[in-house]
Amino acid sequence: MNSVATEKVSLQPSGLKARQQRIEVVIKFVLAIIAASGVLITTGVVLALVRPTIDFFQLVGFDEFFLSTEWFPLYEPPDYGVWPLVIGTFTVMLIAVIIAVPGGLAVAFFLSEYASPKVKRILKPLLEILAGVPTVVFGFFALNFIAPNVARKIWVFSDVGFYSALAAGITVGLMILPMMTTLAEDAMAAVPRALVDGAYALGATKREACTGVILQAGLSGIIAAGVIAMSRAIGETTIVLLAAGNTANFSFDPGVPMQTMSSFIGFAGLGDQPTGSTGYMTIFAVGSMLFVITFGLNIFSRRIVTRFREVYE
Amino acid sequence: MSTTVITESRFSADLKDSTSSSRKFRDKIFLMGLWLATLIGVLTLFFLVLSTLLKGYTRLNLSLITNFPSPFPEDAGIQAAIFGSLWVVVTSGVVSLFIALGSAIYLEEFASQTSRFNRLISINIQTLAGVPSIVFGILGLAFVARGWLDWGFSVGTASAVLTMMVLPVMIVSAREALKAVPSSLREGSYALGATKWQSISKQVLPAAIPGIATGSILGVSRALGESAPLILLGALAYVSSNPSGLSSDYTVLPLVIMKYTQEAQDEFRAVGAAAIIVLLLLLVSLNLLAIVIRDRSRKSW
Repeated sequence: MNSVATEKVSLQPSGLKARQQRIEVVIKFVLAIIAASGVLITTGVVLALVRPTIDFFQLVGFDEFFLSTEWFPLYEPPDYGVWPLVIGTFTVMLIAVIIAVPGGLAVAFFLSEYASPKVKRILKPLLEILAGVPTVVFGFFALNFIAPNVARKIWVFSDVGFYSALAAGITVGLMILPMMTTLAEDAMAAVPRALVDGAYALGATKREACTGVILQAGLSGIIAAGVIAMSRAIGETTIVLLAAGNTANFSFDPGVPMQTMSSFIGFAGLGDQPTGSTGYMTIFAVGSMLFVITFGLNIFSRRIVTRFREVYE
Repeated sequence: MSTTVITESRFSADLKDSTSSSRKFRDKIFLMGLWLATLIGVLTLFFLVLSTLLKGYTRLNLSLITNFPSPFPEDAGIQAAIFGSLWVVVTSGVVSLFIALGSAIYLEEFASQTSRFNRLISINIQTLAGVPSIVFGILGLAFVARGWLDWGFSVGTASAVLTMMVLPVMIVSAREALKAVPSSLREGSYALGATKWQSISKQVLPAAIPGIATGSILGVSRALGESAPLILLGALAYVSSNPSGLSSDYTVLPLVIMKYTQEAQDEFRAVGAAAIIVLLLLLVSLNLLAIVIRDRSRKSW
């Protein structure tokens, strides 16, 4: 700052300022390195997964992994058919999405078109609190409340036990609900108000404005939000680990215990697998699958937004 | 709410041609659906808190936070987990704040918004934000706990993994905070002869501190509640001493809750429920802090 007072007629910086500028080059360089460290983490994730996964497939083989339907990797003799995990993951995700996507959409409609400012002021913080509740608390809630009072009551097709994919799925859905609401709200806010007001001017009711205009015009954002909800449900570990029972059942009945890809990783990690053992490598093989699927879904949701966004004005 | 609905149906009743009774009926069903969904969200929070309180209130006493694990549920406490959580959260909070701030300053203030490098880093942050948290546990298992760093199952390992996990959230919020500082502040500083870094460190950063603080508190609360990656990193164990440094054994509140939830004995589950209440109280106070900071510093430029 002192350099200002001693400024000369020439536009060259004074000695003090020149020194300051050299320091700035260093600062910029250091900051760039810090900023690049994020890329290092992603590279680390990929590197961590790739090597053990290759080792795993040299030992087990693609055909057994993708064609067999028995998953007992930590038993003797082991079975490495991944399908029970895939079905478990899909079942839990489907139940969660059936709750979270229409539910989040409905709450978002309610907040954006129906709720008075007063109701909004109460509702929004409540949703924020719900969004901040740790997943382990939801896991406890699943066992303590959802399984006995909800899952067992609503599923009439089979006997729902203490642990079930149903209880886990319902709880995951409730956990994602606030996130889905926020994302859907953002998508709806992107719809120009003139379109909605135009609909009202033509005599549309609130429902017609919601389903006829906002839903249509904001569809790309809403679908993208739904895909992100799917990806979150697939990646959820703790709730499923606690509530779904850790048995890799090859079954389509949500009333039975199941294991998902992520809950298997957590379950196998509990056993403290020694480095290099097949059990240890299984964690990485399933982890790679989980990473590829969630990564694909996230890319897909971003594509939807950029490809199909309707641009107004 | 009900009043607006009534006036509206009265209004549409006047336009006889355009309003059939089935249309009104569908409006009503739709609104009921919206109410139902909203109610489910609110009731979830209500029952979650209520059922936890009912289960855990018997163990909500001082011995819960002063005692260590015990084979007798009435003596079991969570002191080691509280201190473990503090260690892990403070360490990862400080490190991730440092990295997030550096990245955000570079991306917002130095890098040109269209440069390749900047785009690469932005996409990378988005990607990281979508990675399931258990995968960070795998990364930690491969490179931090074993492999390159070989830190074992320690406070340091857990902090490193949580740092990587909360980093995307922290960077995004720090960038938002810097973006919110009006460019007139920077230009005024330049006009008085200040260099770029002088403007950033003396003008922009102080103005952005409230926003950065709010964002980092949210990041810290995520780290405080996170359980999945730490399952893989040895935190799911009964630890009967407080950590004394980065290389100590540890456990954290979410994992102790998990452990007690998995117990068969109902009295142990009560300890888990009581630990949940402690965790939720910590999270609520962190969030209140964020709200206070946000409201106190609300500035209009």
